[in-house]
Amino acid sequence: MRIRFLLLAGLLLPALGWADPGSRLWATGGVTSIEGSAGGGIGTWALLSGYASDEEWSGSAALTRAEFDDYSLSVKAASLNWQNRLELSVAHQTFGLDTLQAAFDRDALEQAIYGAKLRLFGDVLYDPVGQWSLGVQHKRNQTFTIPHQLQARDDSGTDVYLAASKLFFSAFLGRNLLLNGTLRGTRANQTGLLGFGGDDNNSYEPMMEGSLGVFATRQWLVGAEYRQKPDNLGSVAEDDWWDLYIAWFPDRRVSVTAAWAELGDVGGLDDQSGPYVSIQANF
Amino acid sequence: MKRIRLILLVGSLLLVGCQSAPSDHAALYEALGERDGIEAITETMLYRIVDDERLADPFKGIDVAEFHRQFSDQICAISNGPCTYSGRTMREAHRDMNISKTQFNAVVEHLVRAMEKHDVSTSARNRLLGLLAPMHDDIVAR
Repeated sequence: MRIRFLLLAGLLLPALGWADPGSRLWATGGVTSIEGSAGGGIGTWALLSGYASDEEWSGSAALTRAEFDDYSLSVKAASLNWQNRLELSVAHQTFGLDTLQAAFDRDALEQAIYGAKLRLFGDVLYDPVGQWSLGVQHKRNQTFTIPHQLQARDDSGTDVYLAASKLFFSAFLGRNLLLNGTLRGTRANQTGLLGFGGDDNNSYEPMMEGSLGVFATRQWLVGAEYRQKPDNLGSVAEDDWWDLYIAWFPDRRVSVTAAWAELGDVGGLDDQSGPYVSIQANF
Repeated sequence: MKRIRLILLVGSLLLVGCQSAPSDHAALYEALGERDGIEAITETMLYRIVDDERLADPFKGIDVAEFHRQFSDQICAISNGPCTYSGRTMREAHRDMNISKTQFNAVVEHLVRAMEKHDVSTSARNRLLGLLAPMHDDIVAR
């Protein structure tokens, strides 16, 4: 598995030989979240992926791998940005059931996520109110047998979110501070990997996501994220998520993110946490 | 429990946001290398600009010496140095030029690269960019 990840990462490296992928300033496309939209790791931000400015197109591709106590997560994602107005994204998540494999007679849970994010107004750097975006993530769980057994209601669902991002220049010890807040309407259990809706709750609920990051230099962003989650299934508890991250932007063409993520209870196993790494190439 | 954790997080976000250090403008002027440093930064920026296809249109036919003087005056004045900017307002100067965000970003990048080349510290670069950022709305076409 790890070898495959390295191989795929190697396939992304030719991007280094390419020209600059757009005119927006460094790191203003964030990195690629586990749901394929531009964000941090576990949360979605108002930033649009890549570096396209108002006269340009850009594209991003990312590979993510996380290893928790009893699970692992692999994500392949790609996105397009049209004129820093509209982002379209696809992602495929594979959630390895490492410990539960035998019990469920299944290797992994999988889902596909199709996203669209519209920048409504503003600019993360230059606008006093920051940048505001509205987005959807349509999710299709491809392994619904287990979620169905756990009383999840649907094998697909659509999250809707409103996000704001703003960079404050020289706000913390002379360093730039990046804040993000997102309000998401969702029925997804563990982002959809355990289906949508459940026996405890079956309707949309508002969930908050927040993050902060400090640019130590323009190449290094260090911070934390928090993501509130629903708890729809009676049989298995679901907790809020948080992480601490460090992202490296050597230039516009590539970024590498490392994090430590805490997921709490997942699928009946408690206190899941572990390392997370994501590599992103921009075109 | 969930809610309490969320409130704590949001609270800590706000605290950090309000904790901006008082900006010391005189120190910024010094950090930029005073008048000589600012002129050297502007010169480096201009060399980068004339090589940039994205900026060929707006910079076509400009008086480079005049631009250099005006831009240096403006950086000197905004960093609280002993200069006065006597040129037109940013809105007037860019009226009908139809400057795109792409072009604005390109100039900001050249300024950042120029400051890096002249070893301006990260905090001084951030402070100057923060002072210049509000000009975006006057420069970029609506």
